[in-house]
Amino acid sequence: MPVSERHSKLVYDALVAVGVEVVSALPETWLVHLIRLAENDPAMILVRLAKEEEGIGISAGAHLAGRRSAMLMQNHGLLQSVNGIVSLAQLYKIPLLMVISDRGHLGEPDPWQTAGGRATRPILDALGIVTDELSDPATVQLQVARAMTLAQASLSPVALLLTRDLMWEALA
Amino acid sequence: MKRVDCLEAIYDELAGCAVVTIMGAVAVELYSLGHRPNFFYLEHAMGLASSMGLGIALSQPDRKVVVLDGDGSVLMNLGGLTTLARYAPGNLTHIVFDNQSLLSVGGFPTATATGSDLAGIARAAGIAKAATVTSLEEFRGAAVAAIDAPELACVVAKVEAVGPTSFHMDLHLLENRFEFQRALRPDPDSEGDPTS
Repeated sequence: MPVSERHSKLVYDALVAVGVEVVSALPETWLVHLIRLAENDPAMILVRLAKEEEGIGISAGAHLAGRRSAMLMQNHGLLQSVNGIVSLAQLYKIPLLMVISDRGHLGEPDPWQTAGGRATRPILDALGIVTDELSDPATVQLQVARAMTLAQASLSPVALLLTRDLMWEALA
Repeated sequence: MKRVDCLEAIYDELAGCAVVTIMGAVAVELYSLGHRPNFFYLEHAMGLASSMGLGIALSQPDRKVVVLDGDGSVLMNLGGLTTLARYAPGNLTHIVFDNQSLLSVGGFPTATATGSDLAGIARAAGIAKAATVTSLEEFRGAAVAAIDAPELACVVAKVEAVGPTSFHMDLHLLENRFEFQRALRPDPDSEGDPTS
């Protein structure tokens, strides 16, 4: 599978390094390794969701109960979660670290991902969510740390987009 | 059976729990019985009260968590029942007040009015302890047993479609949020810690 195991591990380790203890997730191709890492980490509380919006509730509960969390989802999961983001995370000032696979953007070969890809950034922007793109493995740890710091300080959602450059390894 | 009477019947039991309610009549009626720092009223985001309860229950396995839900909200997050069943935290109790209507917004009927059975759906989702109750005595017995037992349980209470005359609560939602977070702090010396 050409999804980068090495870079997935970088992202996972960065989440652990910033104190993430609860991860909610719904699988998709780009997230397979990340979810496996959470699954194999006995210290991580992994919550597998039926639909991504539940993850906003899980993260809100975890935060109020004193634990840091992250959501692993596809950008279509973001689209699915918009009401939870607005009516729970933003309304109640919940820090929410959303790690989102950036499907449907430049280089996307799957036609069914492309409509969502076009909507992702405008929707994050319309929601006023600070967004950063993870594309360079050298800066992943720093970017994750800064995103968590901002989420905690602003008590708001912050989005990290997992880009094709980071997640997809070119076949040799 | 009236929802407010059900809430009154378990009000004392809620003292030591983290309580998450949905918006509307459930929130107002619990508040009217006497607000406590360990009560959180989710004033929007319909469907996510049970997910919040799960997040709290998994984060603090030693604290009892009670979600006070409604038919309209549960119907918006039926998939969440499968997530509850999957992790089945023993410290979580899911109480659903089923008045078969969206009472706060005009009383339009929900699907439970035409036969959808939420306890049946919960059982089929994998929550073995899920039952429907129709009388106050039955409700109190089932709810208290569910809160006491170290097992995930869902109690669906069939209640009348009547609510409070006013939906006003003299508690800003952010005030409620920060107070609730403080009440959940594990430090035994902290004010409002329901386990102290």
